Amino acid sequence: MPATVIPAEQRLLQGNVACAEGALAAGCSFFAGYPITPATEIAEHLARELPPRDGVFIQMEDEIASVAAIIGASWTGAKVMTATSGPGLSLMQENLGYAVGTETPCVIVDVQRGGPSTGIPAVPSQSDMVQVARGSHGDYETVAFAPSSAQEMFDLTVRAFDTAERLRTPVFLLADAAVGHMREIVTMPAQACAGVNRRVASVADNGAARFLDEQVAPMPLFGRGLKAHVTGSCHDEAGMRNVVDAEALDHYVRRLSGKIRRVRDDLVEVASGDTEDAEIILVGWGLVGRAAQAIATRARQQGQRVGWVRPITVWPFADVELVSLCREAKRVLVLENNMGQMLPYVQAAVGRYSEVDGLSPRILGALHRPTDVLEAMAA
Amino acid sequence: MEPYRREIRIAGFGGQGVVLAGIVLARAGMLDGRQVVQNQSYGAEARGGGARAEVILADGPILYTDVLHPDVMLVMSQLACNKYGQDLATDGQLIIETELVSDVPIALQDRASGAPFTQMAQDTFERAIVANMVALGYCVGRTEVVTRESLIRAVEELVPAGTAELNLAAVAAGWELAPVPGLVHGSMSGPLPPLAGSASVVELDAS
Repeated sequence: MPATVIPAEQRLLQGNVACAEGALAAGCSFFAGYPITPATEIAEHLARELPPRDGVFIQMEDEIASVAAIIGASWTGAKVMTATSGPGLSLMQENLGYAVGTETPCVIVDVQRGGPSTGIPAVPSQSDMVQVARGSHGDYETVAFAPSSAQEMFDLTVRAFDTAERLRTPVFLLADAAVGHMREIVTMPAQACAGVNRRVASVADNGAARFLDEQVAPMPLFGRGLKAHVTGSCHDEAGMRNVVDAEALDHYVRRLSGKIRRVRDDLVEVASGDTEDAEIILVGWGLVGRAAQAIATRARQQGQRVGWVRPITVWPFADVELVSLCREAKRVLVLENNMGQMLPYVQAAVGRYSEVDGLSPRILGALHRPTDVLEAMAA
Repeated sequence: MEPYRREIRIAGFGGQGVVLAGIVLARAGMLDGRQVVQNQSYGAEARGGGARAEVILADGPILYTDVLHPDVMLVMSQLACNKYGQDLATDGQLIIETELVSDVPIALQDRASGAPFTQMAQDTFERAIVANMVALGYCVGRTEVVTRESLIRAVEELVPAGTAELNLAAVAAGWELAPVPGLVHGSMSGPLPPLAGSASVVELDAS
């Protein structure tokens, strides 16, 4: 077989590098982070690539400082990102809540590894799913995308930036050690991404709402001649604190969450196949969802009526979509590389229509073996 | 007919260039026009701990990305052979670094071949570090999982600047050493050292 000429835009990229390239394509100009396996290649790549593009790369003293640095940089108008894994994500939680409360656009990449605690560095895991949504205190809504390939590491990083800018909120890329370290062919866009830019408040409209608008208020940036109070304490549309009245808190919480809930349908993306006549539907996210597709396809070839669903958006949760895809199925089997984090959410959504159970891989950290899933389906 | 899919696992210890060998193989597969997935795993240590690289080559989309039963397995340490030998596909080929792997399970012996890649790299090039390229050349020569043209181009692209000539020579040396596919132990450099006797066969857990 003769060697084929590969078009210039096709590259063999590691998932983490594809993520970093996606950040650059989306217009990221500031990265602060603390290296951690299995996310380190993202920092390495951006340390090389940002300075020549007049961007900033800073290795911080820890993950608390890392997220603090990207919040500050975002308030100067930069598109910002950090990348970490579970132990770093735990340290970031307080400041992530601050980013939510102050409506600061930023992208956080979590390349998940086995935990709890420092756990094991390079073994893949999906055990931070709930933490990205509920890890910081208080009521809030999260946006998180879960890539299942090097291509999606690129594409969903771009989407994470666009979403963060559009909604003025932290957005997560929920990867894992397997998809972060995997190399695959990535098709790079032929031209630069158009990119979404946040609305910026101007001197002309100073005094107008700059916070707590469900349509997303224009952001007052540092150094542009505006006065604004940026606080994680309960505040009003002008940023003025009110830490006394319950009504003020009600407004603060509802507006922050409402901003994301109102565009929920635009945010939620689900891949699926063969669900229409399926008796059993395999549900999984990230690389496990891709394996679910492989296993469902194999079962189909063996004559079984099996479908698959892979939520690409993990948060907001794809409950409506799951009901519509799974309600006719007798059984829904949730595959996750954890002890069952998405499972209760699927049960809550689909449980009244179908029998819903979960299956962890035989060895946490590895993909589910097809034979194990086929056996579980037969049980 | 099953679509084309070949799974290759390369395992040894950190510092042997196991991961680079995997990347080169994946790039060569891409140059052959195939879909590719390359996985890697390693411990916390940069050198000395277990290291593993896997490559899947296919003519269509690759949905299942773990390698369960490799068609080709190159083991560069006894530990790797003990840990992964049992995973080899029924008709798979085991390729061993014969100085570093002395005990091959009986069940795999008629599917095993190899050479002292590290010693060869040292003797021929005075650079043990290119043992991975000698092994890769041998592996591809024997199994033809990628074309020689693509392998050469992938090496040129991916090895550190200024080392392409050395690495290509190492690949060629391994290639020349490889027995014709289908012939076991038919090495041009003479018979392989005897493989493990029953007394030293490693008992493998069937799970």
